[in-house]
Amino acid sequence: MQRKVLFAPGHTACAGCGQAIAARLVIETAGSNTIVANNTGCLEVFSSRYPESSWGVPWIHSLFENAAAVASGIELALKYLGKKENINIIAQAGDGGTADIGFQALSGMFERGHDCLAICYDNEAYMNTGVQRSGLTPFGSETTTTPAGRFSFGNPTYKKPIPEIALAHGIVYVATASIGFPQDLQRKVKKALSLKGPKYIQIHVPCPLGWRHEPSLTYRIAKLAVETGLYPLFEYENGTLTSVRKITPKPVEEYLKLQGRFKHIIGNLEEIKKIQLIADNNIKRYNLLAES
Amino acid sequence: MFGPIFIKPLTSRNNKTGSWRITQRPKFLQKNCIACKMCFLICPEGCIEGEEKNTYHCDYDYCKGCGNCAEVCPKQDIVMVKES
Repeated sequence: MQRKVLFAPGHTACAGCGQAIAARLVIETAGSNTIVANNTGCLEVFSSRYPESSWGVPWIHSLFENAAAVASGIELALKYLGKKENINIIAQAGDGGTADIGFQALSGMFERGHDCLAICYDNEAYMNTGVQRSGLTPFGSETTTTPAGRFSFGNPTYKKPIPEIALAHGIVYVATASIGFPQDLQRKVKKALSLKGPKYIQIHVPCPLGWRHEPSLTYRIAKLAVETGLYPLFEYENGTLTSVRKITPKPVEEYLKLQGRFKHIIGNLEEIKKIQLIADNNIKRYNLLAES
Repeated sequence: MFGPIFIKPLTSRNNKTGSWRITQRPKFLQKNCIACKMCFLICPEGCIEGEEKNTYHCDYDYCKGCGNCAEVCPKQDIVMVKES
């Protein structure tokens, strides 16, 4: 049986790109009856280098901020034509396009209740333009706009709680996923597309270039982020928490020491304690501890 | 010039990114494979294919040699060898 390819090889992502893994898993789970609107970002740039395209589904890029607005328009047009049944609409963006620049369009899509799935590929900085800090950059991470030095320990602020903000809109489905657990990611995409109304999935995708780790460690780092409690995987349906991935917590150093962006923190117990506290709070909040 | 631009689907296949490999390439031993599909799921290029046990292989025209398939294989059935 020939598998139908919807995201072709030959794109120009870096070796070991986490976003390329996630994008392929998402589109192959959604299937060929899908229309994708894409914000500007790494994904848009590496998958649509003129005059080539990696996409095997209708795919549109307009501006940095408006994938959610374009997706809303596509949904309304399909409804008007009476063709909405069985067509999935995905609005996808990186973390900058979701949390900062594209946030008003995304919030509008949630509030108007369009039947679209919004996906955020969270690589924790503006990787396409050269690793600038975004609203989803974690505490202590070094970026070109939050450099670590004698008086600074990298990014002084915490991750913007976009899943919680999406939940506050009262939408039908909110989940976080990670490429460290690909089957779980596919299940969540399938679940989201089976529901009517606005949906939001945030996928943790390591970036070898921006996080400064070996390309071969993409999978291990994504998995460690979940296993340390720094990136909890949860699922909300209609506002109630329905499932979390239980973990046996590992110390956060195991996650931090593999990445160049946290190099300045290794050996600094005070800063590591602050990051461990974030993980501990997540574990308490979502009750992540596995029963032994 | 400022209107919409249309491109044919799946045309990135013309772009043989296999030339990006510098030092190492994956070797699929096809001995202890249990067909868990993890290498297929985790490949950023989507150039790994296979159906049954011991049939998984990759397309060296596109493989960039990142090494995630060797890292993820639970049976160590994929090894990274020196690029020749």
